[in-house]
Amino acid sequence: MFGILASIIDGVLVGLVYGLAAMGLTLIWGVMDVINLTHGAMIVAGMFGLYLLVSGLGIPPYLALPPVLIGGFFVGVALYWIAVHRMVGRPPLMSLLSTFAVNLVLIGVGTAVWGTALFNVAVSLPGISINRYTFPGAHILAAVLAAVIAGALYLFLHRTRLGKAVRAVANNREAAELVGIPTTRVLALSVGFGVALAGVSGVLIGTLFPFTVLSGDGYQLKGFVVTVLGGFGNPVGALLGGVALGLLEGAITPFVPVSWTLVIEFVLFVLVLIAFPGGVFARRGSM
Amino acid sequence: MLLHLLRRPFFWIITAVVAGFVLIPALGNDVEMRESLLLAALYITLASNLNLMLGYAGYINFGSIVFFGLGGYVCVWLVNAHAWPLWLSLLAAGTSVSALALFFGLGILRLRGAFFALSTIGIVEAVQAFVQNFEPWGGSAGIYLSSSIFQPLGGPSRALWVIYFLMVAVMGLSLYLSYAIKISKFGLGLLAIGQNEDAAAILGVPTPLYKALIYSASAFLPAITGGLYFFKSAFIQPSDAFDLSLSTEALVVAMLGGQGTVSGVALGAYLYEELRGYLLTSDTFSHFQLVVAGVLLLVIVLFFPSGLMGFIHSRFPRSQKVLE
Amino acid sequence: MKRLCLFAVALVFCTAPALAEDDTITIGMTNSQTGPLNVDSLGQQRGYELWRDQVNAAGGIKAGGKSFKVKFISYDDQSVGGRVQQLYTRLINQDKAQFLFSPYSSGLVAPAAVITEQYGKIMIDSGGAEAKPFEQGNKYLFQVITQADYYLSGAVEALKAKDPHAKIAVVYSDDPFSKTVLAAAKAQAKKAGLEIVLDESYAPSTTDFGPIVNKIISSNATAFLGGGHYSDGATLARQMYDQKASLKWVSILVAPGDDKFGELGPAALGVTVPSQWEVQVSYKPQFGPTTPEFAKAFQDKFNARADYHAASGYTSGAILQHAIEQAGSVDPEKVTAALNATDVTTFFGHVKFDTDPARHGLQAAHQMVLAQWQMVNGKLGRQVVWPDAAKSANLIYPIPPATQ
Repeated sequence: MFGILASIIDGVLVGLVYGLAAMGLTLIWGVMDVINLTHGAMIVAGMFGLYLLVSGLGIPPYLALPPVLIGGFFVGVALYWIAVHRMVGRPPLMSLLSTFAVNLVLIGVGTAVWGTALFNVAVSLPGISINRYTFPGAHILAAVLAAVIAGALYLFLHRTRLGKAVRAVANNREAAELVGIPTTRVLALSVGFGVALAGVSGVLIGTLFPFTVLSGDGYQLKGFVVTVLGGFGNPVGALLGGVALGLLEGAITPFVPVSWTLVIEFVLFVLVLIAFPGGVFARRGSM
Repeated sequence: MLLHLLRRPFFWIITAVVAGFVLIPALGNDVEMRESLLLAALYITLASNLNLMLGYAGYINFGSIVFFGLGGYVCVWLVNAHAWPLWLSLLAAGTSVSALALFFGLGILRLRGAFFALSTIGIVEAVQAFVQNFEPWGGSAGIYLSSSIFQPLGGPSRALWVIYFLMVAVMGLSLYLSYAIKISKFGLGLLAIGQNEDAAAILGVPTPLYKALIYSASAFLPAITGGLYFFKSAFIQPSDAFDLSLSTEALVVAMLGGQGTVSGVALGAYLYEELRGYLLTSDTFSHFQLVVAGVLLLVIVLFFPSGLMGFIHSRFPRSQKVLE
Repeated sequence: MKRLCLFAVALVFCTAPALAEDDTITIGMTNSQTGPLNVDSLGQQRGYELWRDQVNAAGGIKAGGKSFKVKFISYDDQSVGGRVQQLYTRLINQDKAQFLFSPYSSGLVAPAAVITEQYGKIMIDSGGAEAKPFEQGNKYLFQVITQADYYLSGAVEALKAKDPHAKIAVVYSDDPFSKTVLAAAKAQAKKAGLEIVLDESYAPSTTDFGPIVNKIISSNATAFLGGGHYSDGATLARQMYDQKASLKWVSILVAPGDDKFGELGPAALGVTVPSQWEVQVSYKPQFGPTTPEFAKAFQDKFNARADYHAASGYTSGAILQHAIEQAGSVDPEKVTAALNATDVTTFFGHVKFDTDPARHGLQAAHQMVLAQWQMVNGKLGRQVVWPDAAKSANLIYPIPPATQ
């Protein structure tokens, strides 16, 4: 039945965006063993960045990507110095808590300022219609952009010197230090990139769905699921993991009452974790 | 073992605290104080039991709320659908949830560090999503208890006191349990696991067994607490029963107080509850409640990582003997 | 002399508060200042406040020969049930609230009701439409708004009139309120001979409705009933439009009742929403302001349009005031009796409470209206389209197909 195929394709499209949303998380995790619990708030910041730029300055939605990317980078570096720097080398629990604390502050300020009202950015693009099913243009474009950004990240990590430095630090920080890589700077930059990615994925998600200040939590949770599926510290894995998640959501929906989707998702998540303790696409200690 | 306990001063400190919780509101018939101490007891219970995994064995359980919520559901369901008496329903809640924890543990306890932590989140979300679909337990609408359930306990006002005393008893048990484990050989093994699991295994500590036992043990009292709490609320629904923010708070409290210490966790829980209560009802701060909590947590994590107790122990080394 | 003055001043200060206490009525409540329910809760809170300010400006509530000023004590429940119970316990025990107003949403009214009943205090519910909390054997709970079972009855009736062979897709959020509303709507639709081709619920935290919309398309539905609260309703509307589901009838709960829904642009056109009250209804009140007077006072005070949450909030206060005045006292038993005997019409509509002990306090007289988003002079806005007696515009059916 074409309906099933349509759901699956739609799932893959959205899944690519989920993958992008997880990439920042997995990058930071892989490089410095830090679980960034502000990730959700940064996604929301990207969404609001989109909304403010579009409604305030009237620019076309996709042009919000560069400013959010750059802004996110600087915010990330600041986040590193505020909450992460002292936590490097300490047990992950500490960075968990420090980023969690920053998250509380951000969400608290956000709610105080914007309440929990719904915000929506109208994006109308011609979609592709096959039979009675339509794939909205915005979904297609968001998926394409997500893939492009992921590709750019991969090239950065594997073809540029800075990228290689990042991977070196991820692999073995002490050795990298000994070889002369300025590890602290690399760590700060990595957090910058991680947050920039979160922000950018927020922009893309904002073009697809309405959002509130509290929307970040849901995507952060999906980010965890994707990261587990794709392997920690592995950006390409994150993309594939995102696609897998989207596929799962798209494929189950035609057959199962929609309310069981979450149950299946999380049970599978736990089972996969148990069966593949490092993530399905994990590669040993490298990115 | 019991004689051993009776000789340590800390045992008597715990007893004094429990007595305080019982006598102070009761003597003055002070309902407001009872309500706020009830919450403090709740946090202390949850944080102490979390500490068994966290502070001793070194495993971060993000999803400790699942024990609380499931315990609540089992108890409320037994009282509502099968008219079981409260005490029996509470015991059933405790044992069934511990058994379930053992079952979950078999799967997830072979994971380490962050993976274990994530899997505990997965379990909470899966259980919550499942309960939302589970009609015998009311699905997403939850279960309502009619006002007649308080009759066997002597009417609503008396029942609220009875429930309070039971909560305090559970809190006391949690503190005693925490302490007893800490000074036992079992506790030593756990602490070894927390320091370096592989080394502990090589040295002969039966790590899988110990981990499974402590995980299951850490579920028992929270499940009973959940049963009491939701019985008192006369209403349970999935979003309240499996609210991840409560486990996060328990975690924060354990860190604040000083993980691995019994007194620290209890003190941390009490202070945090008071702070939260104040923030909640203060006109200026209630908008910024989350912000204040976040800033406080950040400061503690950055500058006082071993928590309040760690700070006190380092300033007053002799207190370590008494306040454990 | 100075000593005497000081003493006199001290005496006044000591007794003045006591005197003031006697002539104040303290009403306690929580609202959701943070958390997912905060937008709707705000409307309700503002309704309460407008009533309080008007009553106090007119000298207070007059009962038993005395005038009582109204004082509010309110806290933020963060949209969390556990907090609600702690806070209502505090309101009753510590803050000595004599009467209580409900929080917003059925999920929060239920835990609050447990507390108010435990302590025997009257609570007026303006934010929870579900019937369950009223079926637990209460004595002091009173519901001002239409209950959930009747939310979509108007929509079903109107749909049947337009197309007796409609095929309905029922898709709703898995929360107590939406489940109750849609369960009742399904039963009413079946009784009316309409066909239900899809019947599913989704987790309230769902963000992507793409797969669900595909299912709707696959089912060949021509009409849609469902939704839940806020973001899900808006997303559903948008995605049904984007994916060209081309439904002829769309009724969504709650979300389209807010002005922000209009930001969806063409996706909002034709969407109907059951509403407790709209600015265009014209009931003739037996006391209190008329609809235009209320709307204007609200606009002047808050610089915002009044929605039905504000209207129901205001009405809670007005009905309580009426009952106290009828009872001539603030004694809970007397006021309860007066509330049980209430049978009045305000700008909000007809208000009367069910006194059957098995369902005490349920609203027995108030009716929903159906509003629809339409283009008026080039701008999108809500019009009341049903019932005929209250409508301000004709119902548009079918919804014009999406043009891109």
